[in-house]
Amino acid sequence: MTDGGSRHTRTGPGSGPGAGRSGRGSRRDQQHFGPPGLVGTGEKAKNFKTSFKRLMDRFRPERWLLVFVLVLAVVSVTAQVAAPQVLKRATNDIFAGAMSRQINARVEALGMSAGSWSKEEMVAQLEAAGETDLANMLAGMSLRPGQGIDFAAVGRVLIVVLAIYVLSALFAWLQAYLMAGIVQRTVYRLRREVDLKVARLPLKFFDDHARGDILSRLTNDVDNIQQTMQQVLTQIITAFLTLVGVLAMMFWISWELALISLVVLPVSSVLAMVIAKRSQKQFTLQWERTGNLNGHVEEMFTGHNIIKIFGHQKEAIEVFEGHNEGLYQASFKAQFISGIIMPVMMFVSNLNYVAVCVLGGLRVAQGTMTLGDVQAFIQYVQQFGQPIAQVASVANVLQSAVASAERVFEMLDEQEQSPEPEAAPALKEVTGHLVLRDVSFRYLPDTPLIEGLNLEVQPGQTVAIVGPTGAGKTTLVNLLMRFYEIDSGEITVDGVNTKGMDRDDLRRLFGMVLQDAWLFSGTIRDNIAYGREGATEEQMRAAAEAAHVDHFVRTLSQGYDTIIEEDSSNISQGERQLITIARAFLADPQILILDEATSSVDTRTEVLIQRAMARLLKGRTSFVIAHRLSTIRDADVILVMDHGSIVEQGTHHDLLCRRGFYWELYNSQFAEALQEAC
Amino acid sequence: MKRLLVKYLKPYWKLILPGVILILLQAIAALYLPTLNAKIINNGVAKGDTHYIAVIGGYMLLVAALQTVCAVSSAYLGARAAMGFGRDVRGALFRKVESFSQNEVNHFGAPSLITRSTNDVQQVQMMATLGLTMLIFAPMMGIGGIIMALRQDVRLSWTLGVVVPLIGLMLGLVIKTAVPLFRSMQKKIDRINQVMRETLSGVRVIRAFARSDYEERRFEEANRDLTDVGLKVMRLFAVMFPSLFLIMNLATAGIMWFGAHRIDSGGMQIGNLMAFIMYVMQVLISVLMATMMASFIPRASASAARIQEVLEVEPSIGDPERTDAPAVGEGVKRGRLEFRDVEFRYPGAEAAILSKISFTALPGQTTAIVGSTGSGKSTLISLIPRLYDVTSGSIELDGCDIRQMERAELWKHIGFVPQKAFLFSGTVASNLRYGDPEATDEELWHALSVAQAKDFVVEMPEGLNEPISQGGTNVSGGQRQRLAIARALVKNADVYVFDDSFSALDFKTDSLLRAALKREVADATMLVVAQRVSTIMHADQIVVLDEGTICGVGTHQELLETCDTYKEIVYSQLSAEEAA
Repeated sequence: MTDGGSRHTRTGPGSGPGAGRSGRGSRRDQQHFGPPGLVGTGEKAKNFKTSFKRLMDRFRPERWLLVFVLVLAVVSVTAQVAAPQVLKRATNDIFAGAMSRQINARVEALGMSAGSWSKEEMVAQLEAAGETDLANMLAGMSLRPGQGIDFAAVGRVLIVVLAIYVLSALFAWLQAYLMAGIVQRTVYRLRREVDLKVARLPLKFFDDHARGDILSRLTNDVDNIQQTMQQVLTQIITAFLTLVGVLAMMFWISWELALISLVVLPVSSVLAMVIAKRSQKQFTLQWERTGNLNGHVEEMFTGHNIIKIFGHQKEAIEVFEGHNEGLYQASFKAQFISGIIMPVMMFVSNLNYVAVCVLGGLRVAQGTMTLGDVQAFIQYVQQFGQPIAQVASVANVLQSAVASAERVFEMLDEQEQSPEPEAAPALKEVTGHLVLRDVSFRYLPDTPLIEGLNLEVQPGQTVAIVGPTGAGKTTLVNLLMRFYEIDSGEITVDGVNTKGMDRDDLRRLFGMVLQDAWLFSGTIRDNIAYGREGATEEQMRAAAEAAHVDHFVRTLSQGYDTIIEEDSSNISQGERQLITIARAFLADPQILILDEATSSVDTRTEVLIQRAMARLLKGRTSFVIAHRLSTIRDADVILVMDHGSIVEQGTHHDLLCRRGFYWELYNSQFAEALQEAC
Repeated sequence: MKRLLVKYLKPYWKLILPGVILILLQAIAALYLPTLNAKIINNGVAKGDTHYIAVIGGYMLLVAALQTVCAVSSAYLGARAAMGFGRDVRGALFRKVESFSQNEVNHFGAPSLITRSTNDVQQVQMMATLGLTMLIFAPMMGIGGIIMALRQDVRLSWTLGVVVPLIGLMLGLVIKTAVPLFRSMQKKIDRINQVMRETLSGVRVIRAFARSDYEERRFEEANRDLTDVGLKVMRLFAVMFPSLFLIMNLATAGIMWFGAHRIDSGGMQIGNLMAFIMYVMQVLISVLMATMMASFIPRASASAARIQEVLEVEPSIGDPERTDAPAVGEGVKRGRLEFRDVEFRYPGAEAAILSKISFTALPGQTTAIVGSTGSGKSTLISLIPRLYDVTSGSIELDGCDIRQMERAELWKHIGFVPQKAFLFSGTVASNLRYGDPEATDEELWHALSVAQAKDFVVEMPEGLNEPISQGGTNVSGGQRQRLAIARALVKNADVYVFDDSFSALDFKTDSLLRAALKREVADATMLVVAQRVSTIMHADQIVVLDEGTICGVGTHQELLETCDTYKEIVYSQLSAEEAA
């Protein structure tokens, strides 16, 4: 039952937008549809022991509470395990009462006159008559011949049992309640730590790693850890204690019967593990194939048009059928094997049950055991099965959680960017005088990129960066903003070396408008206000007007409160671009970095963007990744880039006269256009 | 959900029927065990008859074995049927979607279709799995348990009337609280994932504006929300399980008490009391199971409805019954494409997005289509491969109405490069061979060199066999576009359609590509949609669209003089001196 409930909480990334983009995402998805119960994803941690220890270390702040929870669990389980032992006295009393009532008739049927014999007399008489078994059984009972059930005694026992049950429930509840807090707080801390880590990682990390992979670690893996810890910690402690307690009680009642159960224990654990292992294999296969199939479906549906126009439907369906059949085979087997676990465990438990019934029955008949003992024993046998299954399956679940934890720890171990200098000079107002002196930089140690670059930009000047696609025009941006650190040389702003500054302080001097218009999901107001902390409504409006945002926002029914969706179907690409410009206006930086759009924006918006950018540039030192001839020609300095490095530098006129790379580039890009236009 | 289940489970009745019978047997066996135990106590233990105990013990073993065999076989049959069901639904759905035209795909949206064929099918399949096992087993056990309990003692059975509703009520309460909690939890998880996604995608902007603290607050808020809901969910379960056990245990104690009175008055035997207790437990457990399972039904049935919706849609574009094929005389260039007074409106739309479109694109010529966003350029182009069908007028390829052609035949003539260059997972070569599976490596290289893609493919370590990831995310946008162009070129079509396919290319590559196309694909009809004036100003014919109608056809020079819309577009991109 526990599994049925907890499966609800297995909420994968599947239902979110953009679900299943990463392979691992869709596999994890599967988890809450697939296996009934505790089966992991079949992923293995590289270094289980270390990662497991680190994961457990996360619970260190909660250790005293954990100890307390453990105590609660011990009490609860002890009460639960003790209850059948108490209850058996009621059974015995009832049995004795029932026997007492019929015993006279039984004795008379044997040809004796029972009269008003006491228990001892009756036992002696029966023995004399050769009815040894019956005599023995009666000897072990609190027999009151002819009197019936002692309800006062039964009532007392039942009240004690009730009290024990209530106590056990109360403690079980308290324990689970506290455990919920422990798990949630620990995962909460882990999440926060991961988030803070993201803020401290150098940009290189994000450029080097696939976003899907990082995201999957931050979301799917952390989710997986939470789900598993929730299940494992709440169930396993109780399961383990119950196992121990039940076994102890069994031995107390009858060591012979307990030995039988003890044989059952390893048999069923081994059986459970063997089956779990087999189903594990199938589930892994099922996950893989689900991933493949989902990937194929996603691809075919996304490329629906292409598939059609290129006449590939038949192939698409054929491949799909292959995947589908493969998935069917794997999932049928996985389902079947996991479906076997319960019946097989049940069978073993039933064997145990029958053995206890038969042997216990025989012993009661012989008088070496009471009926209450047998009943209690049967209850223990029934309590035995569930925890065995839980303990046996925990290994699998832990594997997957530890594998997830390992991936998260890997991220936490990533090298962080160099710490901010203490007592950094704070530049509040700058003129925007920028000097790059002897700057060298390479992304890869053995591939030189920028060597000994010298550049001086006077306040208010515009630097155009040009070059063919993929020439590495963003490299310079990376260095100016200290997204990457230069290898040697220095960059100064108003004479202050940027290396000695706090990164945030430095970046506040810059404004940036990139081609990919990044906005977060939130209102338009919040997105513009992002440019400056604590901006007033008036300032925000002014920036919006300057960037031609105000006009189209007024046409929206929600105005500035319009929520921008992630996939942003409600505002166009061009409008997004304008909002990012408004954001930069509000930031009002002295130095600007602009990326002229090449992407398809409709012509009217394009005009607005151009005007807004031009207005933004006015009076500021700016670096423009330029695509427009007019921008390039009007620039004070042009940096020509190719294959990652700066190949030429100068004004438009200088560079044309030089008849080098720029000249060639200029001719191919614009001359044709100019000639044809003329 | 019923219709879907009935239709797709029907083929499996040969598995299901014996499965149900086996489950019934399994339930009977499970229910019989306590009765046998009662017999042991009443007739064996109470009478001291050890032989009887051993015999009945043997029966019990047999029954237990039977139960296991039935359970395992029914699990086998159930798994076969349920997974087969899932496979069939998935297959039907996929084939259905493959038959859809763009209309139907748009109606649902590709992401939704993906979820429906993956997650939704899984939900329904899971429902079928549960349905074929536990959902049948639980009521059988429940009803059987009640019957068996009644057989033990009728007068004690009022206790059932108290305990069963009690546990039902409790479960109902739990589910009622839990369902909205789970929904809210899912929302919080989505939210935190969204914040994370944004933090990653905007990492440059966030740092540029030095707003890491703001992001931190956003995340912190989402994290706290999620933790709170998670705590509520766990605490609900913290109450639920102990309470359930408590109810069961209290029931046991209560039945002992009242049963003792029945025994004392000679109404029942002690063995029957113990059996009664066991049956009550079995009934309670099956109620528990049934309720848990039942809580899956709404979710699965929502999924089933979503699947059914797709399966019920008939594709709006199909092949005509009598087909026609363009007949072109010897020596005449193929690929003459004529739009005749074409009108198109999206289904359900009030106004036509295109109307009165008439022009002819000739082989060996380039026809460019320009216009501002929303003027209908992409729609116009998608009419050519019949992604949509015209709502009036006609489009003719070499004199033959394209609606009269078999679609496979039509597509053979068209090389299409979509706005979003979409590549498939595989290799460079496998993507290029989408155009022509038989193409030789030389042909591929030729197409690549025309598409200006040869240089970077040569530089790839594996060359033509370089792996391409799904969607082509491992190559840059510009490379993706050029590969998509090469893919179309491999096809050797009569008509090439480029839907804003040069946008990610820099000017230099753009112009080299156009020159190569002019040289290498001289005989074909070219249709080019573009935003960039420099891309289209050299075209033989430019069609200017404004709000769905043609406002000018001609060459660059002609249009500069006659068409204001065109002038506006040109001047927005080139300064007056550049254009003039």
